[in-house]
Amino acid sequence: MTAEMLELTATQAAAAVRSGELDAGELFEVYRARAAEDSLNAFTWVADQVPASPKAAGTELGGVPVAVKDLFCTEGVPSQAGSRILEGYRPPYTATVVQKLADGGAPLLGKTNQDEFAMGSSNENSGFGPVLNPWDRTRVPGGSSGGSAAAVAAGMAPWAIGTDTGGSIRQPAALCGIVGMKPTYGACSRFGMIAFASSLDQAGPLARDVSDCALLLRHMVGHDRRDSTSLEFPEQIALPSAGDLKGIRLGVPEELVGAEGGVDPGVRKNFDETVALAERLGATVEPCRLPHAPHALSAYYLIAPAEASANLARFDGVRYGLRVDGSAGLGEMYSQTRSAGFGAEVKRRIMLGTYALSSGYYDAYYGTALKVRTKIADDFREAFSRFDFVVTPTSPWTAFELGAKLDDPLAMYLNDFCTVPMPLAGIPAISIPSGLSDGLPVGFQLAGPAFSENRLLEAAFALEQSIGFDGSPARRSGGEA
Amino acid sequence: MSVADYEPVIGLEIHVQLGTRTKMFCGCELSFGDEPNVHTCAVCLGLPGALPVTNARAVHYGIMIGLALGCDVAEHSQFHRKNYFYPDLSKGYQISQYDVPLCRGGRLGDVRIHRVHLEEDAAKLVHVGRSGRIHGSDRSVVDFNRGGTPLVEIVTEPDLHSASDAREWLGLLRTTLRALGVSDVDMSQGSLRCDANVSIRPRGSDVLGTKTELKNMNSFRFLHDGVLAEIQRQADLLDAGEQVVQETLHFDPVSGRLTPLRSKEEAHDYRYFPEPDLVPLVATPEMLEAARAALPELPAARAGRFERELGLSAERARELAFRAELADYYEAVLGSDGGAVDPVAVANWIPQLVERIGSETDPANSQVSPSSFASLVELVSARRISRDAGRQVLSTLVAEGGEPEAIVAREGLAAVSGEDSGLAEIVAGAIAAEPDAAEKVRGGNEKALGPLVGHVMRETKGRADGGEVRRLILSQLGL
Amino acid sequence: MLSREQVQHVARLARLELTEEELDRMASELSKVLDHIEKIRELDLDGVEPTSHVIEVVNVLRPDEPEPSLPLEVALASAPEPVAGGFGVPSPGAGADPS
Ligand SMILES: [Mg+2]
Ligand SMILES: [Zn+2]
Repeated sequence: MTAEMLELTATQAAAAVRSGELDAGELFEVYRARAAEDSLNAFTWVADQVPASPKAAGTELGGVPVAVKDLFCTEGVPSQAGSRILEGYRPPYTATVVQKLADGGAPLLGKTNQDEFAMGSSNENSGFGPVLNPWDRTRVPGGSSGGSAAAVAAGMAPWAIGTDTGGSIRQPAALCGIVGMKPTYGACSRFGMIAFASSLDQAGPLARDVSDCALLLRHMVGHDRRDSTSLEFPEQIALPSAGDLKGIRLGVPEELVGAEGGVDPGVRKNFDETVALAERLGATVEPCRLPHAPHALSAYYLIAPAEASANLARFDGVRYGLRVDGSAGLGEMYSQTRSAGFGAEVKRRIMLGTYALSSGYYDAYYGTALKVRTKIADDFREAFSRFDFVVTPTSPWTAFELGAKLDDPLAMYLNDFCTVPMPLAGIPAISIPSGLSDGLPVGFQLAGPAFSENRLLEAAFALEQSIGFDGSPARRSGGEA
Repeated sequence: MSVADYEPVIGLEIHVQLGTRTKMFCGCELSFGDEPNVHTCAVCLGLPGALPVTNARAVHYGIMIGLALGCDVAEHSQFHRKNYFYPDLSKGYQISQYDVPLCRGGRLGDVRIHRVHLEEDAAKLVHVGRSGRIHGSDRSVVDFNRGGTPLVEIVTEPDLHSASDAREWLGLLRTTLRALGVSDVDMSQGSLRCDANVSIRPRGSDVLGTKTELKNMNSFRFLHDGVLAEIQRQADLLDAGEQVVQETLHFDPVSGRLTPLRSKEEAHDYRYFPEPDLVPLVATPEMLEAARAALPELPAARAGRFERELGLSAERARELAFRAELADYYEAVLGSDGGAVDPVAVANWIPQLVERIGSETDPANSQVSPSSFASLVELVSARRISRDAGRQVLSTLVAEGGEPEAIVAREGLAAVSGEDSGLAEIVAGAIAAEPDAAEKVRGGNEKALGPLVGHVMRETKGRADGGEVRRLILSQLGL
Repeated sequence: MLSREQVQHVARLARLELTEEELDRMASELSKVLDHIEKIRELDLDGVEPTSHVIEVVNVLRPDEPEPSLPLEVALASAPEPVAGGFGVPSPGAGADPS
């Protein structure tokens, strides 16, 4: 039974529970057991029992459990954002998105490992150790939502949620061979999400296929009075069914797929094949221009650290979390606590952001970045006047070796080259597995205008059907070491 | 030069706690001396993942204050983060306003308003000494009840030129805010807090001197004494050929001394940037109309009306209008008898009442009802009782209330005058009793009337009308 | 190129304590990243409005109605130094002025 259960997608499992063929408690226990044996270090906490009342049968999500990135606050459950400064912290409240999923019938399976405060593209910046890629345990799963991506790819979770600030859902999804989506900014409440960069952070689904992605997203979106920047989603998220791409106009931005992005040849080859497939499915494909996209990375690495430098100021050892406190004074308590609690990358970004905001440099750095952000949004608006979607490789590379880029921050930042422009413009984008390169998954990214999620899911579904990617190898290697 | 040869230049920075029910960005109720940390939540404790949502009434009050001070309300303003570390600041930044405040410009009395903006208050930090968990180290305790209370910060232009002007203007501001009903503006409770920027320059010069900032002058007297002391200190420095250094000073009301606050080793750099968790504020026509509709008549306007329509002197008009409770009582008195009583006479009697009930008491809470106050004033105006008798009646009213007519009858205070009052006989008696004085008066020495009048008054216990007594004396002396 | 002194100043602003060699590494790493970032300063951005929020929404306001606060024991549950119903901290130096 277990084996068949694992082969069911979340959508299929939910349907089976609703029709009574499958017992939600049993399903939960199967995944709970696999998560508990996690040998990828994908989980930082796993539920020790089936939740008291998995109101399964009545609900659309059918009691199919969800893995949740560590940075979502979950009442009474460790919520550490991958940081030692929050080790063991148990919040008194639950994030809106997690609550909506529970209400929709997806109980909490566990909390997943991540780069500390979502700052990273390899999950090696976690205060609780790196996550291994189920396709090759010597390689990274991507980040920052690496635990969620690895857990789904390895069949330790039916589906998961993460957050995307500069690519933190799409890039690990690509490197782990699953589907990941960053919704329109404001579509999902940020209340209860431990903030990295408030004007960019968005919660989103990581799933085995596009249909699971759509079903989970349906229960994540919606206005929340506790988040001033949250918006009512204009329509219900539909379950995709498109068989082709007839009439869909795809734009390929040379600035992102060309040499400048340093896109790996194998990845580029797979991208071109996927584009050709799209044409066979009826799409028209033309080059398009995003003149400022090459500068997105620079703008991103000023705006995100600047906001982070303020968002992380609350970790001061006064009200919760780590405190390092000799009998020294207040100033020492602050700096010793923060220096001991934050990892190297977090310190680096706090420094970068503090510098970018400091007097005398604001206009040159932060102020300039906000203007570049305007131009990037204009570029997309222009592109979407002629195209339905812009398509790129999700990541310039496939999963790289653990440690390969650790001592070169800039090289690590280049991971996000193709994924940072979208959050800067607040628009949605999805990454689907488009095949393998040297046995490692490659991701294909589609980005559309604000609130085009339904059309994106339809197009991604049509492509997915004809690509026929097989993720089962990762699930087989999955739990077992 | 003496201190008188310098012109002080003073600007005020006032923080007003708004009288909303809940905090600026969360639903916690405001605290009034409750146990520590019982009015906190994820938002005002700055817990990870919590987000602020702006209190609509705080914005409404902010706009009311802006309109009352004649400011331009920005149609598009923005919250910023002001970054600094301090234990009373839960997030490591204060949500405030920076380059686009809610209101700009304006004026109150003779002082121009620079800006009015919204922000959140800090928590309370209480020093508990060396009793902390860690032996031998000096500890403090943070109480977040106050953290996040809505504040309006009002910054004036440097238009004040003396300590007493500063005190008087702050009084006008407090009356105005109280009239608006947006705050209880109680300095002793910290709901009205004032910092002062002080510099001096040789009279006649128009270059500004180096200014110092005096923090938390938390009473009208401290503001006055602190500014006075700082003006003297700066004058002494300049006279000694020294420089005034730009610094923040703390005034110790006990010693009267000003001590510099040790500013932290690194210079302040607040790294303001737009608060990404909050969307811009747009003052819509509806919001402006609602604020305008909520404005009461303001003290300055009321004083003008008293002057124009009721004929009061400028200073008497302000004396009443700038203390709302006096002005309210005054208008109640005028209203109590269908407008028969003379407004100027009533206004002139109010200080007598204040003198008897004390300036801290609201006359509305005294024994003296507006209608009995009105009939008292009428009795005097109609000369049915003398001014002295009127004062006696007022004292009785203040002590035990009642009706003036009844008191006059009971205590026999009715004016002694007219044919059958026996006043003529008393005057004759006085002339007989004071022959020398009478002689002098006959000799044309008006001053000598004193003893004669005094005698009559003693006889009549002050109930006779001074004017009539003089008339009778002169006629009986054949003058 | 960021100087050690600049890095030291920024670290103080951010309340981070960096060891000598952390300072050096930070200086070179940040300089490298900034060299890359510098490029955007060559763009012609005259008259371009800055974008701090990507959504158009304005005036998101909350009615002035109380919501339940946390029980004291919950508020203090994670406090490193709970004392006298509050959050204990080392006292700021006498007269230290935050704002
Ligand atoms: Mg202020
Ligand atoms: Zn609160």
